[in-house]
Amino acid sequence: MIIAGLAFYLFAIIAVAAAVMVITARNPVHSVLWLILVFFNAAGLFLLLQAEFLAMTLVVVYVGAVAVLFLFVVMMLDLNTQVLREGLAEYVPLGAVIGLILLVEIATVGGSWLLSPEMEQVRGAVARTDITNTQALGNLIYTDYVYLFQAAGLVLLVAMIGSIMLTHRVRPGVKKQKVAEQLARGRTVEVKKVPTRGGI
Amino acid sequence: MAELWEGYLWPGIIIVAQIVAIVLPLLVAVAYLTLMERKIIGAMQMRRGPNVVGPWGLLQPLADGVKLFMKETVIPTGASRAVFLMAPMVTFFLALIAWAVIPVNEGWVLSDINVGVMYLFAISSLGVYGIIMAGWASNSRYAFLGAMRSAAQMVSYEVAMGLIIISVLLTVGSLNLSDIVHAQQKSVWFLVIHFPMAIMFFISTLAETNRHPFDLPEAEAELVSGYNVEYSAMTFALFFLGEYANMILMSGITTILFLGGWLPPIDIAPLNWIPGPLWFIIKVVALLFVFVWARAAFPRYRYDQLMRLGWKVFLPASLGWVVLTAAVLQFTGWSPWN
Repeated sequence: MIIAGLAFYLFAIIAVAAAVMVITARNPVHSVLWLILVFFNAAGLFLLLQAEFLAMTLVVVYVGAVAVLFLFVVMMLDLNTQVLREGLAEYVPLGAVIGLILLVEIATVGGSWLLSPEMEQVRGAVARTDITNTQALGNLIYTDYVYLFQAAGLVLLVAMIGSIMLTHRVRPGVKKQKVAEQLARGRTVEVKKVPTRGGI
Repeated sequence: MAELWEGYLWPGIIIVAQIVAIVLPLLVAVAYLTLMERKIIGAMQMRRGPNVVGPWGLLQPLADGVKLFMKETVIPTGASRAVFLMAPMVTFFLALIAWAVIPVNEGWVLSDINVGVMYLFAISSLGVYGIIMAGWASNSRYAFLGAMRSAAQMVSYEVAMGLIIISVLLTVGSLNLSDIVHAQQKSVWFLVIHFPMAIMFFISTLAETNRHPFDLPEAEAELVSGYNVEYSAMTFALFFLGEYANMILMSGITTILFLGGWLPPIDIAPLNWIPGPLWFIIKVVALLFVFVWARAAFPRYRYDQLMRLGWKVFLPASLGWVVLTAAVLQFTGWSPWN
């Protein structure tokens, strides 16, 4: 039990410290790397809650896919932090006001947060030990919330089609390998005499 | 005091001993895998391969190790020092920690966790970081191009690998690696049931480990050596060891998923006298031989062909197989949950 407690504080402290580094690091690539450290520690916290499936999913999805794409984009951008910092003084008051408003809002919502008695009971209940939490999660998603799950899938599908439509446009003059055409050609290979500087 | 000893120290010592028992043979295996590769390729190209250091060249890996150890580590000007040094460590570290969940025999596993497959998938999806960090931190065009290629390639083939693993998991009904082997004990090897997928999985592992014929990240002819061009001495050695440890790991995963782990092919007299771990090793070595064979036999893919194979062939085929597996299990009542 002591070790679990120590591990919680270790993960929590590293997560918060790394999160601070994300926004203070000068180099955007370093920021992304700190962000990855935050994800890892969040996964560690999930593990301490005995939600190992969620922990692994967090690593696979966020660290293995999302953060790789972040890193890709950030590395390709030729960012000059000096230029980005210009005019910082102008924006500080406005940013501070917005931040303060958000903080007050969160404080009011959080302060008036109450759990219904039923929720308290559920929270206090012992988790089922006869099935793994992967199975429990599956049961929950695919039986109780199956329509919401399908709806979420449809939203993602729309987003995917949208991004394909935005990037996939027909451009003239692009030479593409058409494998099916090549394979279907059969014995029609011929030798041609090509005139110099003429091409076919 | 007794409680501290019983509760924390003694289990801690046992765990450390188990880790050493896994990592030491692994490192020796990595060292001799390099020799095996050079010998096999030598034989396939009608050469002798390394044969000077020690009898039949058996001490060659040690000589290589000593050489790399004695060299100077050069950090290029303009490199991002911390990231530059972290990249090879990350690669090597990830190649080692995945072994925590690999069962080599009934109950011979460091950590028999419920989500073993997810753990392996998470670790293998992190492998890309070592490469991409190395490419960026080197501050070199060639290294960066190699890293970009590699990242895109590994992310692409992970999708197909994930779907193939899902169809295996559907037939098992558990994410635990030992359960996967037990399921094959009850029926047949999944190589038989999921035959085309097993081949596709192996090809994906070739791409995932950046091996021939998909070794575009280090295509010598165009990118000098890709992401690790700026690395020297031990930093390079860590990349090298990481790559080969990954090959062994991927062979191990393929063995567990499709070749029945520690099980003999058929449970009859002369075959089941051979102990389980030995079967595991035989299968892994056979797969590693195919890794090397592919290197000697095939020319390198062009990059657009590689991407086409990953996204337009493997992804639809494996997705279709998931649907087929689910449908068959549902309608025949063979589903593990019934």
